[in-house]
Formats: sequence, C-alpha cells, structure tokens
Amino acid sequence: MNIALTDTADKSSARQATALVDCDIHPALRSAADLRPYLSLRWWDYLQTYGLRSRHGFAKGTPFPKIVPGAARRDAWPESGPPGSDLALMRRQHLDHHGITMGILNPLSPSGGDQNSAFSAALCSATNDWLVDAWTSQEPRLKASVLVPYEDGEAAREEIRKRAGQPDFAHVLLLSRTSEPLGKRRYWPIFEAASEAGLPVATHVFGYSGFPSTNSGWPSYYIEEGAAHPAGCQASIASMIFEGVFDRYPDLRFVVIEAGFGWLPALAWRLDRAWHRMRDEVPHVKRPPSEYIRERVWISTQPMEEAPQPQAVAQTMADIGWDRLLFASDYPHWDFDDPKFGLPPSLSAEQRDHIRFRNAHTLYGL
Amino acid sequence: MNLQNLGAIDCDMHPVVPELKALVPHLPANWREAVESRGIPGFESNAYPQRAPITARPDWRDDAGAPPAGIDRYRKAVMDRWQLGHAIGNCIYGVHMVLSEDMAVALATAVNDWMAAEWLDADPRMRASIIVPWQNPERAADEIDRCAADRRFVQVLMPVMAEAPLGRRHYWPIYKAAERHGLPIGIHAGSAYRFPVTPVGWPSYYVEDYAAQSLGFQGQLGSLICEGVFSKFPNLKVVMIESGVSWFTPFLWRLTKFWRGTRSEVPWVDRPPLEIARDHIRLTAQPLDAPDDVETVGRIIDQFQSDEMLLFASDYPHWQFDNDEVVPAGLSAISIEKMAVQNPLATYPRLRETRL
Amino acid sequence: MAYHVVAAIEDMPPGSRRVIEVNGRAVAVFNVEGEFYALLNRCPHQGADLCNGLLTVAVTSTEPGIYDFDPSRNVIRCPWHAWEFDVRTGKSWCEPNRVKVRSFKTEVRSGKLIEGPYVAETFPVKTDGTYVLVEA
Ligand code: FES
Repeated sequence: MNIALTDTADKSSARQATALVDCDIHPALRSAADLRPYLSLRWWDYLQTYGLRSRHGFAKGTPFPKIVPGAARRDAWPESGPPGSDLALMRRQHLDHHGITMGILNPLSPSGGDQNSAFSAALCSATNDWLVDAWTSQEPRLKASVLVPYEDGEAAREEIRKRAGQPDFAHVLLLSRTSEPLGKRRYWPIFEAASEAGLPVATHVFGYSGFPSTNSGWPSYYIEEGAAHPAGCQASIASMIFEGVFDRYPDLRFVVIEAGFGWLPALAWRLDRAWHRMRDEVPHVKRPPSEYIRERVWISTQPMEEAPQPQAVAQTMADIGWDRLLFASDYPHWDFDDPKFGLPPSLSAEQRDHIRFRNAHTLYGL
Repeated sequence: MNLQNLGAIDCDMHPVVPELKALVPHLPANWREAVESRGIPGFESNAYPQRAPITARPDWRDDAGAPPAGIDRYRKAVMDRWQLGHAIGNCIYGVHMVLSEDMAVALATAVNDWMAAEWLDADPRMRASIIVPWQNPERAADEIDRCAADRRFVQVLMPVMAEAPLGRRHYWPIYKAAERHGLPIGIHAGSAYRFPVTPVGWPSYYVEDYAAQSLGFQGQLGSLICEGVFSKFPNLKVVMIESGVSWFTPFLWRLTKFWRGTRSEVPWVDRPPLEIARDHIRLTAQPLDAPDDVETVGRIIDQFQSDEMLLFASDYPHWQFDNDEVVPAGLSAISIEKMAVQNPLATYPRLRETRL
Repeated sequence: MAYHVVAAIEDMPPGSRRVIEVNGRAVAVFNVEGEFYALLNRCPHQGADLCNGLLTVAVTSTEPGIYDFDPSRNVIRCPWHAWEFDVRTGKSWCEPNRVKVRSFKTEVRSGKLIEGPYVAETFPVKTDGTYVLVEA
C-alpha cells in the first residue's frame, strides 16, 4: 500500500509551505434560537416541544457522560455560549494561533440523524444556512459541511443538490453510527448527489444507529464508547466495498474523521483475506478491498495514535499512504490535536506537509 | 524450523457435531423427547454456513462436501501430518445462540459429554474447551465445576458476540470458576446473534459478517480491561481465538491513549491497557490478517513487544491456509517454536500436567 | 537559584492560581487549601497550559466498582486530554516515571524576612507583607 511521494517540496510556494488545513472544527449554536430564522414555524415549534430525538433515551446529553463538560477543552469556553460558538475566540485561540489557512466546520448538534426524517431534513437545511451566515461568510478561512438527513437518502440528495456549486461547502457530512451499514442502497442517493456535486462524503464518528456500539451489546463506560468508534467505520467501509458503492460511483471520495487511523491497514488486510475466500458471494467486487481503500478513502489523523514504539505510528501511516492522511484538530473538543505537537516528531518535512495541507488541497480542490 | 519435531500444540480446532442426533444420547429424558416431539432441527450456527468456503478447506470436507466430522479425519489431516503433541477442540455448535437458559444448560452438558466420549477418549493427545451456558453465568459456573474434574478440559469457551460485553460483572461467576480451576477463557469468533453483527446494523453479505468478527474482539478487549476483569482475577488468561490478530495492537494504542484521559472513570485500571493485555491476552495465529510478507508479519509481532502472545492453531477445518502453510509466513524459527509449544504450555496450565 | 515573587498571600486564596514568568518560562502556581505548589505551565504531552486545567483529586480503586476519593491526592488535570499530574511532584498519574512536568519549590515568607536574591516582576514588595515565592 506504500507509495513513494512525488518530490513536490521544492515547487511549493512560501504560502503553501506554511499552509495548514484543519479538517475537523466543531462550530456550535449559541442556543437553538440561532436556527430560528431558518426553520418554519412548524419545525421551530416541534423543536421546542419535542426536541432532538436520536435513538437514545437521554433528554439531556448523551448515553455516556463525557469526561469533561461539553466534551470540550477547558480553555475553549467563551464568555457566553458553549465552546465553538464564538467566532472571535475561535479565530484568536485556534485559527490565528496555529496559523490555520483553512478549516472545515463539522457541526455535531443538531446532527443529520434525528429519528424524524422530515424534521431532520429541516434541521439540516437550517444548519447549513446558519453555517454560511454565521461562519463562512464571516471568515474566509472557514468552509462548511453539507449536513444531510442521512437516514433518508432522497432528502439528503435534495439537500446536497441545493448546496452544490456553492464554494462555502467542502464536503457532505454524516455521522458514523448510521442505522445500516453505509453501503446499503438507502444511502446511494447521497453518494450519487455528492459525486455530481464533486464533494467528498465525510463520516464523523458518533451518532446513534439504534444498535449497541459493540456487536456484543452496550459497554458500560465512556472510554469503551470512544474505543469502539472505529468499529462502526470499519463495518461501513466494508459495506461500501462489498455493496459495490465505489464501482458504482467512481468519483466518490470518502473521508473518515475522528476515528484515528491505526485500524485501517488491519481492516484492509482482513477484508482482502475474506474477499479472497468468499469471492463467489460478491462477484461484482472485482478488485481486492485494500485497493478501494487505498484509492478512495482519506482519513484524518485525530485522535493521533500514540504507540510505545513511535516508529510504529509512522509505519502505519506509510501503510495507509502518505497521500491519504489529513490533519484534523477536533477543536474545541478535549481530544484535540495540536498541529505542531500532535504529529509524530519523526516525520519528515515532506510527510508533514502532506498531512498538514497537501492532501487536503488535492482532495478539496484548493 | 520443522514443526514436525516439536510436538506442536494446536490451540484451535473444531470438532463438528455431525447432527443433533449425536447429542441426543447425552441429553436428559425430557430434552430427548423434545428434540423428537418438537422436531428441533439442530443448532448449527450460520456464522459458518456449511457450504461457505471459510467453513471447511475443500480437501478436508467429507465426501458429501460437508464439514468433516469425526476425529479420524482430523488425525489424518492435521494431527499426524504435523505430529502434534496436543490439540484443543473448540466445539462451536450453536449452544451459545440458544435463547432458553434451560435448553442451553442441557445442550452444553450434552456437548461436553459428547466431546469427552467421541474426542477425548479417542486420542490421548486431544484436549477440549468446556462449553458453557453463558446465558446464566451461575449455571455456567456449575458446568465448569462439573467438567473441570476431567483434566482433559483445559479451557472455557465463550462466543465473541454475546448478550452484553463480556467484561460485564454479570459474567464474573464464569471467570471466578475458570480461575479457580486454572482454565483460561477462550473467546471464539461467532455470535449469539442478539445484536446485529456490526454496530451499524445488519450487513448484506456473509463476507461482511465474517469480517465483522474482529470488531467483536475489539469490543471485548475493551470491555474485559475496562470493567476490571484482570484486576479482579489476576491469574486469568483470555485467549482470543480466530480473531485475525492484526487489529490487536492498534486497538490497544487507542484504548491506552483514551485511558490516560479517562482513567478516573475506571480507576481499577491502574496501568496502561497495553500492559494489561500483554499479561493476560493471548491470540491464536490463524488467521493472521496481513499480507504474506515477512516484513509486515514481523512488524505486527514486533508491535506486541512480547514473544508470548501468539498460539499456534490450525483452525481446522476452517479454510485459513492452503497446502502446508499452517504457520503464517514471516515467523522466525524461534517464534514458531515459542508459538507452537512454550506459549501454549504457559497459557494452559493443564497441558503441563500431561505433556507427552 | 533565585526566589520569584508570585503574589501577596492575600491575593492568592485557597483554590486560586497564578501564572508567573520565571527565567523566560511560564510557571503555574496553585493554592491547594493553603499549600502552594508550582509546576511548569506546559503539559508535557501536547503543550497545553496547565493553569487552565482542573484542580481535582486522583480517584483510585482497590477493586473494580470501588471508587476511592481521597481529597488529599491532588492532581491538576490537563485542560486538553485530561492527563493527571500530581500537584506536588509533577508526576503523571498514568506513567509517573516516564511522563512528568517540572515542579518548583514554593515558599511563603514575610517581606522583611526575604533575604538574598529575589525577583518581583510585576509589583513592589512591601517589607511588612507576606508573599508566595517560587524558587527557580
Ligand atoms: S496536552 Fe496535556 S494531556 Fe495532552
């Protein structure tokens, strides 16, 4: 899976040499009222009366209490409102401080996974409007995600079409815990519309599929929930390959965010073995799964893998491919990665540049 | 390195229950009657569909193309071929899928008695895992106590997907009994099918189902460590069987990293999960999900930071390898010997009692 | 070695914290129930400012399910990834021998008792006042 890097370092301009793309910044509503201008009276009332419902029972918060309030860095709380809700602080503390030249906003609440599909579609559309008005139109370094009601493929397609061609949007955003493995037909309209719009499809960990986060039931602890996130991503990548999604949508590019990356080579090896043995079941899958992964999957570095043998992390990165890793900070969340100190120190300047901005520039066409 | 001279120990082979009929003599009267009067067809698991390629290597299948039953075929295909010292039989007949704990108790007992009669008595090299009705951990512990009197039972077997993560304290009577008798817990691929085989629902294809087994192991490793199973049972070992192996270390990097920030939630986890796993977890080496190259396999093993993790296994009759490639490519002679002999002996105390 | 004046004692009540510059480096000083502790204001992990962390207690356990909450085991929990550091020694809870943050000696002295070199960077020291000092 390893490829040699092309020698582009000397061609980079001074601007590029200091570029830094952060693929995962979380903007937050100051309060639900931020969405009011973009919601019909009906859905605004609905939100007030019934609130968000996303396949778990907790009226406030999430099933596993976070380890810190709001899952946020303790130094990221603005004077008022939740972390991520204050553009001035985000500029000062994050964009300016780290020299971020482009950041992609991935809103998590509301997500596109509300149980009521029509409501979810309204929330997504409202959130996308808000992302433009409150963020991308205010700050040229920021791009938004197209939030989609991902459990309803048709509605999601509509929302993507509505945003297609608008330069404010960098990718389509789903949460990883979908109700079915992501390769299933119900999700195909998302891939179709994203391909048409030339937008990558990104999946960010979290969400509530309605099923336990392990295939042996609900774990007890937040630490287990965190450790289990990549499992859903692994199942969905397998599903997209075996359902033939990547063949059907040859322009589709898939981005995995906040799942770490250590698991990806082992997944590719396992799927290759399984495919080799059971090819007769999926005759439409013509190539080894690892090839689809190598070509079509990008992965963010956060939370950065930390191993007792530091060279093991770099080796894992090489297995994935230096041209497929994307820096992400997860600002303002507690498992944030610092762009300077988060990456393994052993990386060469060129490997670092690929992760910090080159791969993102290629992927997002910058 | 010649496996033949070592007296290698096959830590994962599967005695196949040919038909429910075979178990009937070992069932209590009411269940014998029920099998008949209710027309119970059997409890084979769809985790390994009979004709699916993974379920049995083509040259090991019987004349009708079914997975091979009976010890003679195993003796010929594996035991004699590699001159094994011992083999551990893991019967994965679907006792673990049964919903009634009463039925599970009856079936587990029947499988264990059948195992003793058909396999253990048939060859002095054979050893076996105890099948437990994990559906009720107290009764599972009783079955462990019953079977443990026979020193040829060397392990307790659990499915990788059960009704709750296996670290949950609800299951601890099983671990207490296992530790008391010097039995490791073997966790084998396969599901009780209480939940979809992926955390995002049911996949379309069997190949996805099989691939998802390693996700189950990831969740179980997290659960066993975070719930404090190894703090409570410091002498317990867990063998992850047919897990795929290469997922293991990267998962532990992540778990260990999270632990540094969240350990206040699980303060009984008082040292890095990586270290706990190194002391308490073992992995059978078939399959080893990696390209067949020395460099990659060497790296995966190097990342364990221990040469005691891997246990030799054929996974008979599952089709994991062709020809004589029972040992994954890329292992040095020294690690083959460790894996085939020393590590199993260190993991299974009961094997040391009767080492031939 | 010199003493650096952090604050007049009345300006640092229990629970408060201050950051001072010592030889070009930021040092975070905490008053934990009347005792003063000083740590380099930089997390050894990814460099967060420890002064923004949570002063709390390292929970321990004698067996699964038992949470021992001994209020004397004070730690500062990093504002980012929540690693815990003993406020007294700077040793990390998870890997005390490998990961630690530099700690400094503190002292409380009355102004007239201060002898020898000391540095007060931001305010004049009165001879009849009582001050929190960091030795570095
Ligand atoms: S920066 Fe302090 S724990 Fe990571």
